[in-house]
Amino acid sequence: MNQLSLDHAGAAIEFNKNEPRVDWHDETLWFVRTKRDRAAAQVPEWEQLREAASQIKNYSLSNMHDLLEQFEQNAIKNGITVHWAADADEHNKIVHGIIQKAGADRMVKSKSMLTEECHLNDYLTRHGIEVIDSDLGERIVQLRGEPPSHIVLPAIHLTKADVGDTFHKHLGTDAGATDPQYLTEAARQHLRDTFLTRKVALTGVNFAIAETGGFVVCTNEGNADMGVHLADVHIAAMGFEKVIPRAEHLGVFLRLLARSATGQPITTFSSHFHRPRPGQEMHIVIVDNGRSRQLGRPDFRNSLKCIRCAACLNTCPVYRRSGGFSYHSAVAGPIGSILAPNLDMKLNADLPFASTLCGSCSNVCPVKIDIHDQLYKWRQVLMQEGYGPGSKTAAMKTMATVLESPRLYRMAGKIGRGVLRFAPVTVENKFNPWYTQREMPEPPAESFRDWYINNKKS
Amino acid sequence: MTTRDQMLANIKANQPSVLPLPTQFTFVSAFPDLTRQFVDILTFVGGTAVLLPDMDAVKKHLQEQYIGLSSIATTVPALASLSDMKLDVADPHELAGLNLAIIEGPLAVAENAAIWVDEHQLPQRVVPMITQQLVIIIRQSTIVPNMHDAYKQIQVDATGFGTFICGPSKTADIEQSLVIGAHGARSLLVCILP
Repeated sequence: MNQLSLDHAGAAIEFNKNEPRVDWHDETLWFVRTKRDRAAAQVPEWEQLREAASQIKNYSLSNMHDLLEQFEQNAIKNGITVHWAADADEHNKIVHGIIQKAGADRMVKSKSMLTEECHLNDYLTRHGIEVIDSDLGERIVQLRGEPPSHIVLPAIHLTKADVGDTFHKHLGTDAGATDPQYLTEAARQHLRDTFLTRKVALTGVNFAIAETGGFVVCTNEGNADMGVHLADVHIAAMGFEKVIPRAEHLGVFLRLLARSATGQPITTFSSHFHRPRPGQEMHIVIVDNGRSRQLGRPDFRNSLKCIRCAACLNTCPVYRRSGGFSYHSAVAGPIGSILAPNLDMKLNADLPFASTLCGSCSNVCPVKIDIHDQLYKWRQVLMQEGYGPGSKTAAMKTMATVLESPRLYRMAGKIGRGVLRFAPVTVENKFNPWYTQREMPEPPAESFRDWYINNKKS
Repeated sequence: MTTRDQMLANIKANQPSVLPLPTQFTFVSAFPDLTRQFVDILTFVGGTAVLLPDMDAVKKHLQEQYIGLSSIATTVPALASLSDMKLDVADPHELAGLNLAIIEGPLAVAENAAIWVDEHQLPQRVVPMITQQLVIIIRQSTIVPNMHDAYKQIQVDATGFGTFICGPSKTADIEQSLVIGAHGARSLLVCILP
């Protein structure tokens, strides 16, 4: 079943059909969360770092216009070509244009959630450009024709047996082989050849520095570096919110990013790009795609502070038990659920409801985004705008009528107790969503009101 | 109106009124022994450290460690006799067969075992990634406590490219099983001089 065509709840039901797999998914992500906790605990000033990161990002959002102008000027001085894209389509056209101008029909790409959001691979493939994703996890899901299910761990929904089957089919590894070391080595050989033969390489951007006109790309595998240092053309794609004021602020963000993401003290490579190497072309594409609209929503603009560490995904009890695909959006999990309604309110109206509002996401966020508050606020907006789920709207209206009238309320209580006692089958069936994963409660003999009246008499 | 001007106009119209930058965004890390901290973290991330008294000892150690290996290149003049390849090639693709690169790191960070290198150390940017094995030589006197201290010392745009390297390349993309040696170097040995 194609989970991407279902709403979150529907896709979660599909995902939950394989119970051992759900348990494994849940435990694996929780393991990553505990690694994050250990790493954070080793930094005594962790909470102050989060506060500093939050404030630097608040400042950046409030001064975005000037920071972007400053960044552009300095990047141009550095010999970098700067492009601006209002939406996904313009971004894709710009990238395609650069590839065509380079006379290439193939490109290697390291991780960039922005290009997922813009569906760049589909666009380029339709226009006859072959794209190979070089992050191991992304390459695995690309070979399977799937999108990433997690922004940091793209293949977290797969077991090593799944990867073994995929590599056997596409890379010719031994049938039944599941050793991660062996499979990774196969991917290393396959991608090394790709790195050595591509003229154009695309990377994402973790941080863009206004003061110096450069940008930072973080990877553990070294795939971003391998791609661009061997290519004639380096394209870096960034949402405009990636800009920070000064290089010294990187100290705060690089201390937080990998610790929050995987519990590592820092990524293996934190590469700072300022000028193309001799003979190389360097391009930056700065993308809006709804971000300026989000910047204008006071309740939701803080979502643009995100540094894509995925700590909120790893900690989320709903994400861990429903899987990345159930969010049908490039960025899954709690942060994706507050970003996606801005992109398309109708299509993503289900996502802010895919949460228990427990607040764990906000507690682990390294830049202190009030994620669970925003999930709650999106629910209000979506219901007001008429995008709420139909069944919920009808149920809420009925409930409001009953709760407004003491007589109706008493009657409903009596009927409910009677039904639970004498005809449980009317609620203990598959048409009652409350019954699918729960036992119905023992009905009390009388209501509190009746009890009170009876006891007051005696 | 160009896309650029329209985007900037939208941003200007929608951004909130200016908020202050934080007054505190650098912090002090008090490690009792910076070298010890560096070595512990380097070991944790899959690298190896060795403390050696001088460059002669480095040479001897590397000769023993990489016995029989060819396609070795270095930027360190004192170790030139170990090399049989050049790093300052015109085309980085010429480094595809590099087995061992020996370079120097001007600054290291105790809190996370990251070593800064830029184009002063790298004749080609791809050297620390394309090589099969990587050796970086650092000095104890250049280990700083944390990243705030590091950014005070380096100038990120002194050259066109610079990177913090922390351990060998790695991935855990297959079932969260850690595999050392993804696309970059398969091993990192850090030689620490006084």
